[in-house]
Amino acid sequence: MKTLGKWLFLGLIVLSVPARAALDIVITEGIDAARPIAVIPFVWQGKGPAPQQISDVIMSDLTRSGTFKSLDELGLPQRNISSVSQFVAKVWSNVGAEAVVMGSIKPFGSEQYLVTFDLVDLIKGQQQSTSGPVSSSDHLIDSRETVISLDQFRQYGHRLSDIVYEKLTGVRGAFLTRIAYVVVKHGDKSPYHLMISDYDGYNEQMLLRSPEPLMSPSWSPDGRKLAYVSFENKRSEIFIQDIYTQSRAKITSFDGINGAPVFSPNGTKLALTLSKDGQPEVYVLNIDLKALARITNEKAIYIIASLPSNGLKRITNHYAIDTEASWSPDGKSLIFTSERGGRPQIYKVSLASGKVQRMTFEGEWNLGGSILPDGRSMIFVNRTKGKFNIARMDLKTRFMQVLTSTRLDESPSIAPNGSMVIYGTTYQGKQVLAAVSTDGRFKARLPAVQGEIKSPSWSPFL
Amino acid sequence: MDLNKLFKAMLVAIPMMTISACSSTSDSETDATSVNSSTESERATGGVETGGVVSVLTPQEQQRLKYQELRKEHIIYFDFDRSSVSAQFVEVLQAHGEYLIEHPNVNVMIEGHADERGTPEYNIALGERRAKAVAKYLQGMGVLHSQISNVSYGEEKPLDMSRTDDGFAINRRAVLVY
Repeated sequence: MKTLGKWLFLGLIVLSVPARAALDIVITEGIDAARPIAVIPFVWQGKGPAPQQISDVIMSDLTRSGTFKSLDELGLPQRNISSVSQFVAKVWSNVGAEAVVMGSIKPFGSEQYLVTFDLVDLIKGQQQSTSGPVSSSDHLIDSRETVISLDQFRQYGHRLSDIVYEKLTGVRGAFLTRIAYVVVKHGDKSPYHLMISDYDGYNEQMLLRSPEPLMSPSWSPDGRKLAYVSFENKRSEIFIQDIYTQSRAKITSFDGINGAPVFSPNGTKLALTLSKDGQPEVYVLNIDLKALARITNEKAIYIIASLPSNGLKRITNHYAIDTEASWSPDGKSLIFTSERGGRPQIYKVSLASGKVQRMTFEGEWNLGGSILPDGRSMIFVNRTKGKFNIARMDLKTRFMQVLTSTRLDESPSIAPNGSMVIYGTTYQGKQVLAAVSTDGRFKARLPAVQGEIKSPSWSPFL
Repeated sequence: MDLNKLFKAMLVAIPMMTISACSSTSDSETDATSVNSSTESERATGGVETGGVVSVLTPQEQQRLKYQELRKEHIIYFDFDRSSVSAQFVEVLQAHGEYLIEHPNVNVMIEGHADERGTPEYNIALGERRAKAVAKYLQGMGVLHSQISNVSYGEEKPLDMSRTDDGFAINRRAVLVY
């Protein structure tokens, strides 16, 4: 009995381990090419232990971007400074990094904290240290000072990461973003879960749980709503759900397939796949914005109010499968998967003229395409020699590059700054999410702690 | 401890239960429920055996039995990226078709499924094509359009999660659900 008690006690300890990120990240490739950066732990200027560390968030963001790697803090010449005024350029001259991030956290009234942040240039510092002393503020790239509450620590960390990333690369950071995905726990009564989390897997929230499949989550451009497919009524139906109020509306429930909903860049239309007229075709539905606002404003759970479908326009018309449309960044055309040529390939259709043009020719299959925000290249699933991988093609030269070497890749979704693709794949026999930079150099795996995970969708900038 | 007490109690109780079981057999011949089963059949038959003739089935009855057996099979499998019903499943579909024609008030739902290769959206389309191929076959036999409905689950409801070629083959299927 004493032993049993001991085991029970151990069991309780295991169960009470605090929850952390739902998706751990395992970087599998690309550290070597990353640019070194120094991040000094933010100096805590209060009594007792610091409530949370902001610099941990920044360090992890910069590493996850694939562009940077942070140096070991123990090797840094100054480890207890919080602003550029304490920065001594001379002692940093041998540090192989382009910049150093520093800051401080100080109690500021009840449950409030004053956070300072300085981004200091090391390259300029090294050049100038040889040409005589200069004012330390000359090294300052950016500086911020803000009061935040305890629950804003991670969010503010992401905000600072965005600043560092943009100042050093010229590209807007995508650290203040979310991802939506589907978790499947086979064997559970309600195995299908529609989830959202911060882009790094923290703050995971369940939006919907169902005994029947959930598919194809896709964000509205304001990052407030998700369109998705639910089989809760033993058929496919498209819903839009507000992520804050939980209210949702059934958008389409035609005979056959109701699938692949994607918001237009301005949020006024939804591209989708319907097979009500026989075979799957791509349609565009005008969204009644007033009705959509109702979904947002009425806080009731589960409002089922069909949006008027008189604004439904058929875009494709072919006896073969046409599906999984995606908008061009200007909203004037769609790319979609069609097997009109015999095998699935990616085509483009102009919404004004209806003219269809084949875009992919290389490999056995190409499908599930979406165009990068700069409009110059496209990310999609390529099948070559029976293997399904994520690929990128330059739209002008048609040069194609296979980016991944994982197995059974599908559902690529591009970060709003175009730097990274998140996609579904398999690892050790389980469905997991993975990420690859759009140049193919950085690769990471984000295994789910529990169950299988699929259909990732990266939010717009929040 | 408590367990120890329980064990001691059982040491006493088990022989008592055995004794009571033995005594019941000798008490009364008519109390069949308490009679040991090995001696029961001998006593009940009294040594008599019965014989009989196997009934001759008409060809219709034979066909019905065969179809009844075939109808136990609800799953039609497909080749990779294909949606045509292969010859080996024709008989199964005929069995279901005959049954549906005889019972016009019975409805069937055909679920189409795909393996996990390709994108989920393409696989939903492929699963629908498989379900429709089965529906078309049944309609060709004379099953009413109104008796058949279909739904595609694409790659969302795999039967086998090994992600091997054998597993993929099991997942490429149409299922008839009554």
